[in-house]
Order: sequence, then C-alpha cells, then structure tokens
Amino acid sequence: MPNKIAVEARNAVKVFGQGDTSHSALNDVSISIKQGEFFTLLGPSGCGKTTLLRLIAGFETPTSGQILLDGADITALPPNKRAVNTVFQSYALFPHLTVAQNVGFGLQMQGRPKAEVKATTAEMLALVKLDAMADRKISQLSGGQQQRVALARALAPKPKVLLLDEPLSALDAKLRKDMQIELKRLQHETGITFIFVTHDQEEALTMSDRIAVMSAGNILQIGAPRDIYVKPANRFVASFIGETNFLPGTTAPGGVRLDCGATVAVDGSFMPGKVTLAVRPEQVRVQGAGTAGAIPAIITNWVYFGTDTHCYLVLSDGSPVVARLQSPAMGEAGLEIGASVGVTFAPGAAQVLKD
Amino acid sequence: MAIGKDRTRRNWLLSAPALILLTLAAAGPLLIMVVYSFLSPGQYGNVQWIFSLEGWRSILFTEDIFEPGKYTLADAHLTILMRSLKLSLLTTLITALVGFPTAWFIATKPPKTRVLWLFLITIPFWTNLLIRTFAINEVIRNEGLLNSFLLWAGLITEPLRIIYTDTAVFIGMAYVYLPFMVLPIFAAIDRFDMRLLEAGFDLYASRLQVLRRVILPIVKPGIIAGSILVFTPSIGAYVIPRILGGGKNLMVGNLIDLQFGQGRNWPLGAALGMTLLVIVMIALAVYTRVTNRENDRG
Ligand SMILES: Nc1ncnc2c1ncn2[C@@H]1O[C@H](COP(=O)(O)OP(=O)(O)OP(=O)(O)O)[C@@H](O)[C@H]1O
Ligand SMILES: [Mg+2]
Repeated sequence: MPNKIAVEARNAVKVFGQGDTSHSALNDVSISIKQGEFFTLLGPSGCGKTTLLRLIAGFETPTSGQILLDGADITALPPNKRAVNTVFQSYALFPHLTVAQNVGFGLQMQGRPKAEVKATTAEMLALVKLDAMADRKISQLSGGQQQRVALARALAPKPKVLLLDEPLSALDAKLRKDMQIELKRLQHETGITFIFVTHDQEEALTMSDRIAVMSAGNILQIGAPRDIYVKPANRFVASFIGETNFLPGTTAPGGVRLDCGATVAVDGSFMPGKVTLAVRPEQVRVQGAGTAGAIPAIITNWVYFGTDTHCYLVLSDGSPVVARLQSPAMGEAGLEIGASVGVTFAPGAAQVLKD
Repeated sequence: MAIGKDRTRRNWLLSAPALILLTLAAAGPLLIMVVYSFLSPGQYGNVQWIFSLEGWRSILFTEDIFEPGKYTLADAHLTILMRSLKLSLLTTLITALVGFPTAWFIATKPPKTRVLWLFLITIPFWTNLLIRTFAINEVIRNEGLLNSFLLWAGLITEPLRIIYTDTAVFIGMAYVYLPFMVLPIFAAIDRFDMRLLEAGFDLYASRLQVLRRVILPIVKPGIIAGSILVFTPSIGAYVIPRILGGGKNLMVGNLIDLQFGQGRNWPLGAALGMTLLVIVMIALAVYTRVTNRENDRG
C-alpha cells in the first residue's frame, strides 16, 4: 500500500453560533489519513468527532482551515460533489425505496448507465450478503440488515473515502461483534479508506490501523492502537483507553519517587518536579510481602472475571492500585483480603505522564 | 375456524352503528338523487313519478323550442362544466405550488414559532365563507383596494377588470382553499425525517433531485390528501362563483342550484349532481393512479 494521503484536514476550526453563545466544536485540528487506512476517531461524547466527519462529508463548512481529498482542496465543494460517502448513525435509509433501489441510488444520481447500476447493486448486495432481500422495503428489515443496506448504499458508488459515524451503536453486543469483523472484511475487500467514529475504546483498538484520540475539540494523540495503549501521550489518553493506575510522585535520580516512599525506575527523560506515574493493571505483579524491590501494599478486595481476577490494593500513602492477574496465579498465591503483599511493575511498564 | 367466524360476526356487529349511519347519511341522499334524475320534472318544482331520461339528456342536449324532437348541443352547460373543471384543476395546482413551500417553511421552523404560523394559516377559518368572499370582492372590484392602489401608484391608468371574471373566481377559490392544501402537506413534512436530505446529498443528488427523488415521494400522501381536499370543494363551489363570478361565470354548483330553483327542473339538477360526483371520482382515480405509477418508477 503506497502511503498516499487520502484525506487531510489542515487547521480545521469549527465554531457553532455567534457572539456569547458561540461554541467551538473543533480547535485547530490537523490530520492526515492514508489511502486504504482504517482510521478511527475516538473520544467522549461531545468532543467533536461527528463535527470533524461532517466537515469531511461537506455537511458543515469549517470556520477556518481546509479539507483536502486526494490532495485537492474540497473545502468549498457541496456534499454531492465530493467522492465521499457516509454511513449514518441512524442509517437514514430511504423508506419509499426497496433495498436494491436504496443501494443503487448513489449510482443513479451519478448518472451511471442502467446496466451498470443494476450490476453494481447486485454486486454490493452480494458483498453484504443481502442478495435475497433485494426487493424488500426497508421497514421489513431487522436492525442488522438495515445496517448492511446502509453500508452497501455508501460503498456502491465506490467513494474514495467512507465515513462511518458510530455505525454499530444501535446493534446488540453479539451483532456488534459480527459487524466489526464484517466491516474489517469489507474494508479489506474494497480497499476503500474508512474513517470510523466510535466512543468505544475496545472497538477502536481491535479494528483500527490508526486511532486519533479526541477531547474537547482537540486531537490529543494519533497512532497505532498498540502505540496509544502502551505509550499514551497524556493522562486523558491513558485513562480513556483501557484502565490505568495513576500514582502521584516526584522525579528522583533514576526514576520517580512515589508519595508512598518507594522509588520506581523509569526509562527516558522528563521534566523534573511533580509527576504522575501510569501503570496498566496487567503490568502490576503481586508478590509476597518483603520481596526485594517490591512496594508494600494491602489487598482490599478482589473480583473474579473468569480468566482474569482483578485484585484491588492500597499503598501506604492510600493510593489505590489495581492488578489484573490470571485467575490460576491468584489462586496459587492464596491471596486474601487484608493480606500484606509486595507490588512490582513489569520492566518498562511505568510511564511518566504530563497531566 | 369457529373462533374466526365468531370474530368476523362480532366485528360486523361492532361496526354496525357506523355502517347504518353511513348508509343513511351518505348512501341514502345519493340514492334519492339517482332516482330523481330518472323522473320527470313537476310543474312547480319537485318531480313527477314518471320515468324519463330527459334529465340526463338535457345535460348535453337542448330540445329545440320550435321543432320538438330536434336536439342541439347544450353549449351553455358544456361551457359551465368545462369552466368548473378548469378552475378547480387550476386551483388545485396553484394551491399545491404555493402550499408546498409554505408547508415546508412552517415545518422547518422551531416548534414554538411553528405553532404561531399554523395558527395564522387557520385564522381565515374563523370567519364565515360569505364574509371572506365579500372581502375578496372588496379587494379586487374596480374601485377596490387593489385597483385604487395601482392607480395611485401610477402603475395603471384604467382599473383592472378582475371582478366577475373567471380570474376572480380562481383567485377566490385559491385563497379560500389554500389552508386545505397546506395543513395535510405540513403534517406529511412534519413526519419527514430531515436526515434523509443529507443522505440524498451525500449520494450525489442535486437539490432538485433530492426534492424529486426523496422529498416528494415521501410527502406525496400529504399532497394527494391536500389535492382531494381542495379539488372536491372547488369543483362543487357555489358561494365563490356566485359572488365573484357575478352570475355570469357560473360553475356546476350554481347550475344545479338554478335547476332546483328558478329552473324548476329537479331531474336535470339531480343528473348534474350525479355528473359532478362522477367527474370527481374519475379525477381522483386518475390522479392517484398517475402519482402512484410515478412512485413505482422510482
Ligand atoms: N449544529 C450545531 N449547533 C451548535 N452546536 C453544535 C452543533 N453540532 C454540534 N455542536 C456542538 O459541538 C460539539 C461537538 O459535537 P459533535 O456532534 O461533533 O460531538 P461527538 O464527538 O460526535 O459526540 P457524540 O459521541 O455524542 O456523538 C458539542 O458540544 C455539540 O453540542
Ligand atoms: Mg457524534
């Protein structure tokens, strides 16, 4: 895959309203999405994910900044002149048309010949496994089937970029898992660039080539799922993606001296002063009290999750720590509530975060 | 099976009151009209119970006064029928053309202002039709508001002769029946999911295509309902052509009135009434057929 840029936002700003009631939904967002990439916008509700998507689709014009598609400035183009299609969260299927007519709509509007419309529609319906339902009305479909029609309809005109705004949020857990796999397959088969919006971090981690984590109209970090999980850029990203233990401390020679008194070795250089140390629960080990180099802690609770058991601990300064242990290991150690233990972190697991 | 039969019978019983009322109120008078149209006119109105096709024949043909048995085409009746059809179709068309944007305008307003606009639309209903029609008369007559203003503004030197023309009747009907078009279309647009507009634009449709391929097919039931509500009273209009047409530009309603009144020809009046009914039914059948076919073409 050549690393050509499919979509680019340059210093995109979007302010809704005017004067006192104005509200900035996007502050100076710049982003480059590569061709054929499965790119995810992840962030809490109201952080501007939909707004960014709507700027790319053309439903909103940026207050300032530019949107580029395949290197061409499309900021001023209306949505019907952009080779970009959207899978709407509400699906927005046409209720007066059949499944096939819905899927063929975009091609028809582009003025493609009848035979081509028919052939591509059939091809798309086969792709989403709805061939048998071509002549049904939309109201006769289940939620999952409607979702597939929406996908086929948006893919049929073979857009350069497909925008998906929380397309799976209306589906139940099982169907959601199936559709996640389905989406990956479709993206693989069509080779179309997908920009996917979700506020489900697990969904983002499992599906994306790259993720942009957003908060309050800003992009905080862009990177591969693994990079974002292992090396979160700041406290917000660390807490939004996966669970994290945050331990207050101050910088000391060779590491960070936690408020409980123990010193943890940390790689890399950082500004001296007060810092926060982040450790993922699965990187925390629980050992017998008095183990060399271990931080003394007391077990306050544990919860059994099947393969995993979450062990809740507290350090001497009162900081809570969660350890995710494999359940057999937990059982063997015979750890009980109230037991005094020692906590260690896997090498390189502790990260120093800016707040 | 037995249960099904029981249920069917119970349903019939439950709907019996409505059915009886419908029969008495709608079918009954209609039946009287049908019977009367096949009888002979009485000397001073009313009917003689002698079978005759004269009522139906005189719709289109008049018997020569000097040569009994010689029939000529009843030009006057034809003119009136054609005028009724033309004016009511035009009224339906113009109210649809004006009513759709109006309804769209109201339906896309925030709920608070929407109530106000709907209220304004229904204000004319508060006044008697006769009074409203005289008000239009006051506006368009030769010395009326419109002409006075145009003369004062120097846009014309002679008053425009609108009153007592087909145009006057048309203006009157369009004004009076417009709310009947706006309200059902508004109800349809109100139910319309505006997100479909974005879906249309997203799929490369131009504004016109979104209107034709997305909005119109979906709000079509509202337009059909409005058209029926406007066309039906228009073609049978009586008060408006009477006042604004000035007795010269009659419509079917006036002609029927004439036959039951001064004309003393109740069978002809009844036959004309039936004709009106048939025209309305044919028009509605054709209209729904055509609009449905357009939709199926998708
Ligand atoms: N048309 C609008 N007018 C005014 N404010 C708006 C408009 N659209 C969005 N906003 C505001 O902009 C901010 C970002 O909205 P946006 O819809 O992009 O959030 P989001 O990240 O998609 O959230 P969610 O996960 O809830 O969908 C919000 O504070 C929202 O209230
Ligand atoms: Mg959103």
